[in-house]
Amino acid sequence: MNTLIAAASSVQAPSVEWNSLTPYLILGGGAIVTLFASLITGRVAQRGITPLLAIATLIASGVAFALRFNEPDFSVLSGAIRVDDLAIIFSLIFIASALVSIALAWRAETLQNFGRGEFYALLITVVLGMAFLASAQNLVTVFLALELFSIPLYVLCAADLRREGSLESGIKYLIIGSLGSATLLYGLALTYGATGSTDFAGINEALTKNGLADDALLLAGVALTFVGLAFKASIAPFHQWTPDVYEGAPTPITSFMAVATKAAAFALILRYTGEAVLPVIDHWQPVLAALAVVTIVVGNLGAMGQKSLKRMLAYSGVAQAGYLLVGVLVASGFGARATIFYMIVYLFMNVAPFAVITARERAGAGDGFDGLRGLGREAPALAWSMTISMIALSGLPITAGFIGKLFLIQAAVDGNYAWLAVVIVLGSAMSLTYYLRVIAVMWMGAGATAASVDSGNAVIAGAAPEADSSNHPELVAVAVLAAAASVVFGVWPEPLLDLARDAAIAYLQLVT
Amino acid sequence: MNLGLTILLIIPLVGAFIASLMPQKQVGPVAAIVTLIQIGFLVPIVLDFKAGTDITSFIDETWIPELGIHYSLGIDGLNLFMICLVVVAWSIATFAASRNEVNQPRMFYAMLALAEVGTLGAFLAQDLILFVLFFDLLLIPFYFLIGMWGHDSELGNARKATLTFMIYTLAGSLLMLVSAVALGVLSSSQAGTPLSFQFVDLQANLVGGGTQNWLFLGFMIALLVKMPIPPLHGWMPITYKATPLPVLIVLSAVVAKLGAYGFLRVAMPLMPNAVESFQVLLLLLAVIAIIYGSVMAFSQDDARLVVGYSSIAQIGFILLGIFVIDGKGAEGAILQMINHGVVTIGLFLIIAFLGERVGSEKLSSMGGLAKNAPVFATLFLIVALATLAMPGSANFVGETYILFGAFQAEFVWGVVASIGVVLAAVYMLRMFQRSMQNRGSVSDEETEARSRELDASEFALLLPVVLIVLAMAVYPQYVVERVEPNAKQAVIYVTEPQQAATASTTKESEPAK
Repeated sequence: MNTLIAAASSVQAPSVEWNSLTPYLILGGGAIVTLFASLITGRVAQRGITPLLAIATLIASGVAFALRFNEPDFSVLSGAIRVDDLAIIFSLIFIASALVSIALAWRAETLQNFGRGEFYALLITVVLGMAFLASAQNLVTVFLALELFSIPLYVLCAADLRREGSLESGIKYLIIGSLGSATLLYGLALTYGATGSTDFAGINEALTKNGLADDALLLAGVALTFVGLAFKASIAPFHQWTPDVYEGAPTPITSFMAVATKAAAFALILRYTGEAVLPVIDHWQPVLAALAVVTIVVGNLGAMGQKSLKRMLAYSGVAQAGYLLVGVLVASGFGARATIFYMIVYLFMNVAPFAVITARERAGAGDGFDGLRGLGREAPALAWSMTISMIALSGLPITAGFIGKLFLIQAAVDGNYAWLAVVIVLGSAMSLTYYLRVIAVMWMGAGATAASVDSGNAVIAGAAPEADSSNHPELVAVAVLAAAASVVFGVWPEPLLDLARDAAIAYLQLVT
Repeated sequence: MNLGLTILLIIPLVGAFIASLMPQKQVGPVAAIVTLIQIGFLVPIVLDFKAGTDITSFIDETWIPELGIHYSLGIDGLNLFMICLVVVAWSIATFAASRNEVNQPRMFYAMLALAEVGTLGAFLAQDLILFVLFFDLLLIPFYFLIGMWGHDSELGNARKATLTFMIYTLAGSLLMLVSAVALGVLSSSQAGTPLSFQFVDLQANLVGGGTQNWLFLGFMIALLVKMPIPPLHGWMPITYKATPLPVLIVLSAVVAKLGAYGFLRVAMPLMPNAVESFQVLLLLLAVIAIIYGSVMAFSQDDARLVVGYSSIAQIGFILLGIFVIDGKGAEGAILQMINHGVVTIGLFLIIAFLGERVGSEKLSSMGGLAKNAPVFATLFLIVALATLAMPGSANFVGETYILFGAFQAEFVWGVVASIGVVLAAVYMLRMFQRSMQNRGSVSDEETEARSRELDASEFALLLPVVLIVLAMAVYPQYVVERVEPNAKQAVIYVTEPQQAATASTTKESEPAK
């Protein structure tokens, strides 16, 4: 007994700076409170209390994060995580994305069967995991955080319990996601084996000092780690799960995955490349460049023939991951800024399409291109939001998407990867075929005139054209706000550029 | 902030907004009247312009310092009259559109106004990224204008037409974006100066010759697609057939000139070595365009395509004028851009009038339309003769300058190009005869029924065009004097790049002291 106590007292428990962990604690606490609040029965409680608690949790945590912005960095839990501006920006993206997801899910009838409290609690847990991931400083934290966000997400994909597609989506994501996690874990273990350290800084030091550049164990570890991350970020050729899972998952969750999962993966890729394995950049940079090309081509080709908007957006997300990868692989302050800026913009560009899809699904039109037919006349607010988002995604002026692409191209040229800039724009040219098709379906051609007849009938049948949008004010609000942001930041990108610069300074301090 | 030139960009938007508050039927007329206000703002700018002024950036604000982008607009001899052309063409197009009711008029006129802003911005921009931005921006409204209000034709429906147009032009201009970014980044990193895309800064630090060639390719493709020059003209037939005529007026008369303007404004000062290395290729393309366009124009039945292909030939002349790299040639090119812009407005107006009378735009179904319409026939003939560069017209002056330049540069180019002058007479006179004179199989009664004199609104639309044509013919010196110094300067950038670069740097540093 005495020996045990002696042993226990000899173990140094890490000092925990609870104060610095506030935003994370809010998320964790909020998830638990929301879960218990769902025990209160009654329709009002179900529809009112739990979502409000979830929203309050997310906003409170977001404020706590935002207050910490531009403050000195906190290294917490013996350096396991580090709350710097990079982590904060990405955490805010996760939170914003989750808020959108809640708005889309709020009145979704199909999610009734799944406990609402559980839904929100799981969503908050996912955000918590992602926030940890974005601030992770060592391999153990990375894996813990990754699982903390992945496992609830598997469940959420299957949240639409009565629909086969949703269950299929959950199972697929579970299997492929686990495979990705396992690969990543293997990679992390090998990296640890080669360098003897789990800290990013330690790995970096070991690589610099010990001349491990050509060590097979290390390179295998790094390669497997990238493969695992590529699964999460849907980088080709590890993207095959994306369209199926996106299509099957409930749309609010798809919208969350499209933005937040990608952002989380890229936050980690930024950190891992910039902080841990920068010394062996010559080994991974060409590989990532090749992956970027494959991803851009595969994503754009895949999106072309799709009939389902969600599948199209999944492939377009793959292509966009390719663009983002270009910003990462040049491993410069310029590249990091471009990546972070594009990630923020990516949030705005993706929100509106999913809000519109949700609205169309509730109107019984499904998620196909056909469901959008004549939307320009029926619901101009939704149609304009969708139009602006598509223009932004294809990188045309005067949207934030244009500035984002411009920034990435500058980063590529600056990093001596001008040919990748050419690949980016060729990809963008390919992407026009499907982004413009969405606009055409809504506004143009035989479809538009036929739909005007349809909506005439609908008026007679008692469903006013506006009924569609006025039924879902929260969807319209989300879509319009996001589209407005895409335009406003396209004309006045200064605030976002400042944010991206501050976040990248954190990255640069780590690089140098 | 100095509103000097920004006001030109704001008026169309404000006008579209005001027009959208009107009842559906009034939207068009109000939008049209706003274009007159814009002309009112333009007149003092033109009158105040002193020949030989170097580019004067009326506005120079840092827009996105982080990315080195300036919001800077300016006017010199190269773009002064292009700006006039834009404003006049849009005014006439808007009036022409407002004669008929359109579906969803608010959106139509808003898109038309946005297209004007994009085009004006591209002509005014003195910053490379700003130029590319406006160049791309103007495509979005055209995508809607063609897709939503276009016609289906045997070449494909309006959606296909607008998509073809977008893919062609955007694929080109996205490559231009990469070239533009690379030009700025390389130029600033080479000189160790902060990132800037302003023309003056880029010109002060030219990038190396070999790099210029690569970068030039991106610009070349984008600009040639826009003009269009074969073999990059694949979007032209289907797009021309689908586009509503008022929109086609601005698309063909103005937007196509943006390509040629880009060579003078961007390529020659910023990539002089590349311009020299690609000179022969572009001259060859220009000559091919002249011959190909003329021959195709001669064999078309659709009146729009006659004008469309003849534009290819005319644009070929302009390209020739630019790439003979000679002061006279460049001057002729600019003059010809203006002349051709004006006559194109006239020709498409006439096609619209012909179409309304006959119910078809096929030359084979026309004929004898001059019978009861002497005024119409006269105005048409004036425009047609100007198009084929009849001696006495401003087009004649322009083409002569270009040919002078061509003969000076290389005899053979001059000879081949001269063939184009002859061919122009063939296709324009053929169009005039087929529509206005030859009655063909049309019966007397039918000719009587459909040969109608211009009504007041048609006359009011066509008259300004003819007046401009005549004014240019009588007094081309007004334009020539103002264009000449800047056109010569553009050529000097290429022939003596070193000297030009140092000259511009000293000019830059002087006001700083």
